[in-house]
Amino acid sequence: MTTRRDVLKAGAAAAAALGFPAIVRTQPATIRIGHLTPLTGFLGALGDYAVMGIRLAADEINAAGGVLGRRLELISEDSVNPATATTKAQRMIERDGVEFLMGEINSASAKAIMQVAARNRKFYLQIGARSDVLRGADCNRYTFHVDIPVTVMVNAAGQALLREGLVKGKRYFSLTADYLFGHDLAKAAKAFMAANGAVHVGDDLVATDVTDFSPYLLKIRQAKPDLVATNLAGNQVTNFVKQYAEFGLPYPIAGFNLNTADAWAAGEGNLAGIWPTVWHHELDTPGSRAFVAAFRKRYGKPPENHAWISYVSLKIMAQAIAATRGTDTEKLIGYFESQAEFDLLKARKGYFRAWDHQLVQEAYPFTVKPKGQAKDKWDFLQFGAAVPAPDQPLETIYPPRSQNTCKM
Amino acid sequence: MQAFFLLEQVVNGLVLGGYYLLIALGLSLIFSVGGGVNLAHGAFYALGAYLSVEIGKHLGFWPAVAISPGVVALLGVAFERLLLRRFYGADPILGLLVTFGLALVAEQAIRMLWGAAPIPAPMPPEMKGQVLVGDFMFSRYRLFLLAVVLAVLAGLWWLLQRTSFGRVVRAGIQRPDMVAALGIRLQPYMTAIVMLGVGMAALGGALFAPITNVHPAMGAEIITVAFVVVVIGGLGSFWGVVLAALLVGVVRGVTIHFAPAAGEASMYILMFLVLMLRPRGLLGERIEKFE
Repeated sequence: MTTRRDVLKAGAAAAAALGFPAIVRTQPATIRIGHLTPLTGFLGALGDYAVMGIRLAADEINAAGGVLGRRLELISEDSVNPATATTKAQRMIERDGVEFLMGEINSASAKAIMQVAARNRKFYLQIGARSDVLRGADCNRYTFHVDIPVTVMVNAAGQALLREGLVKGKRYFSLTADYLFGHDLAKAAKAFMAANGAVHVGDDLVATDVTDFSPYLLKIRQAKPDLVATNLAGNQVTNFVKQYAEFGLPYPIAGFNLNTADAWAAGEGNLAGIWPTVWHHELDTPGSRAFVAAFRKRYGKPPENHAWISYVSLKIMAQAIAATRGTDTEKLIGYFESQAEFDLLKARKGYFRAWDHQLVQEAYPFTVKPKGQAKDKWDFLQFGAAVPAPDQPLETIYPPRSQNTCKM
Repeated sequence: MQAFFLLEQVVNGLVLGGYYLLIALGLSLIFSVGGGVNLAHGAFYALGAYLSVEIGKHLGFWPAVAISPGVVALLGVAFERLLLRRFYGADPILGLLVTFGLALVAEQAIRMLWGAAPIPAPMPPEMKGQVLVGDFMFSRYRLFLLAVVLAVLAGLWWLLQRTSFGRVVRAGIQRPDMVAALGIRLQPYMTAIVMLGVGMAALGGALFAPITNVHPAMGAEIITVAFVVVVIGGLGSFWGVVLAALLVGVVRGVTIHFAPAAGEASMYILMFLVLMLRPRGLLGERIEKFE
């Protein structure tokens, strides 16, 4: 373990050896990190969890002496929208002197920050945005992606739907969030459903600020589908699920995106169907149990998947900074591209693919527990086994190189 | 068949319009007496929702829906006495700024008290499910909501048109100086109107909580729609607001039927068209006080 004192000593020795004057330029005592995530708007609730998770990680790391003896100093801000995200990311680099960027949930804002990172040649760990295009056509060599891309979410929920017999030969109706992420998700979902013999009977775009779904529910009833599959995001999912239960439509529902916070907000008795997730608080590994306990102790509630992913993302950065002995962009890129393994508090470790900078990790489907089985208001979700199965390579659920247009 | 589907959207839009009405009518009333747009109106709507969820945990849904608007209405009295009253005669921009600031403070206070994540708001199980009238599908809960809106509307109309209270309020809107000359103090009436308007917003919040997301920014979401409805109907016009609310609900439903992506934009396009053709709104009257 290197302490701050060691670093100072080494620096002083090096300076002395080169015959520098007595005033030594040492590394600053803190590592400034620019963290951007939506804290308002339809993804604001998720961003709130992201900040809680990343703060917990920073405090744990700092309590243990920081990284290379330097304290981590997080600057977390509301990214609001792509335009504001661009301005803030640029300002964080120029004025606040952050050494690298982290964060995001909104795919459109993530894309904007990726461009800022590339322009300034700064490292960006893109945490929570899931559009395929970010690690596909729009990829760049300064950005690495932690969360699962939409193709993986479609695969995780889709495999469960196949087992339930809800795909082959079935007529399905879809609702799609009308922005970058939703369109991307819809594309992946369409491809999966078509490849497995489902018939698409309707697809409606839903603006991100929609709160009343009744006109859409009428259209679903008119279409009489065998399955309603949603490609919605954030608050939209909660609103849709609540109102679907309110109108009592008989068709089974499923979706290719649902964050745990949105599921909790819908409440027991409203949520139904099959959904994918990247992590959940009941995951039975020593690492996850310890994280959940620490999070509950500090915030009085269980962590949501965006709290988890922000927590492990900072731990990933700490490991990389320690390994490369600094925050040099090129060295960090080299380390991540070396397929170094990272502990994600899951059964299997993850690694970043060198050619599209995507973290490869397990995903999980989930359904809803039968009525009356929930222990408390956080407990009504029934999590399924990890995909892919333990005997299969992790990459089987990720888009292969042949389907990905990423060129660094 | 296509015509039937369309008719179903129109009917559903009327039901939805009823809900907009609950918020917009209060906003319009407060504008009529105070001469300013109360941008904090959405905050009272959000408070109504949060309080009803909180009270509902202890007393159940029905008492919560009754108590929450009452509590918020009392907050409305304090709001009028301490804040709004000072801006009646002043430059409208001051009132706008103060109420906008209050809306931000309220949203942040909710965030601190209840957290940024949306909170679940259960619907009473007996109200869940659909009701088929002929071949039209309705949500049982929304039919109940419609009944409440109609009752509130009838009560308000009676209060304004058939009571001495209403006569003073209407006179005060048209000629406050004349009312004062007759020796009637308008202030208690203003307080009562703000209390009513704010209480209606809170009732809307409490009733809509089981349908939509209960989250800190819900007030900011609804104030935009309510304002659009009031502008289309004509600032200060009772029946104009009623007409506009129903129209916005129907136009939105029909737009989603044909072009779902444009659903949320439809009300702004409607507002644009109405303002182009009739700047004072559908049924807006020339109010001497403001011209």
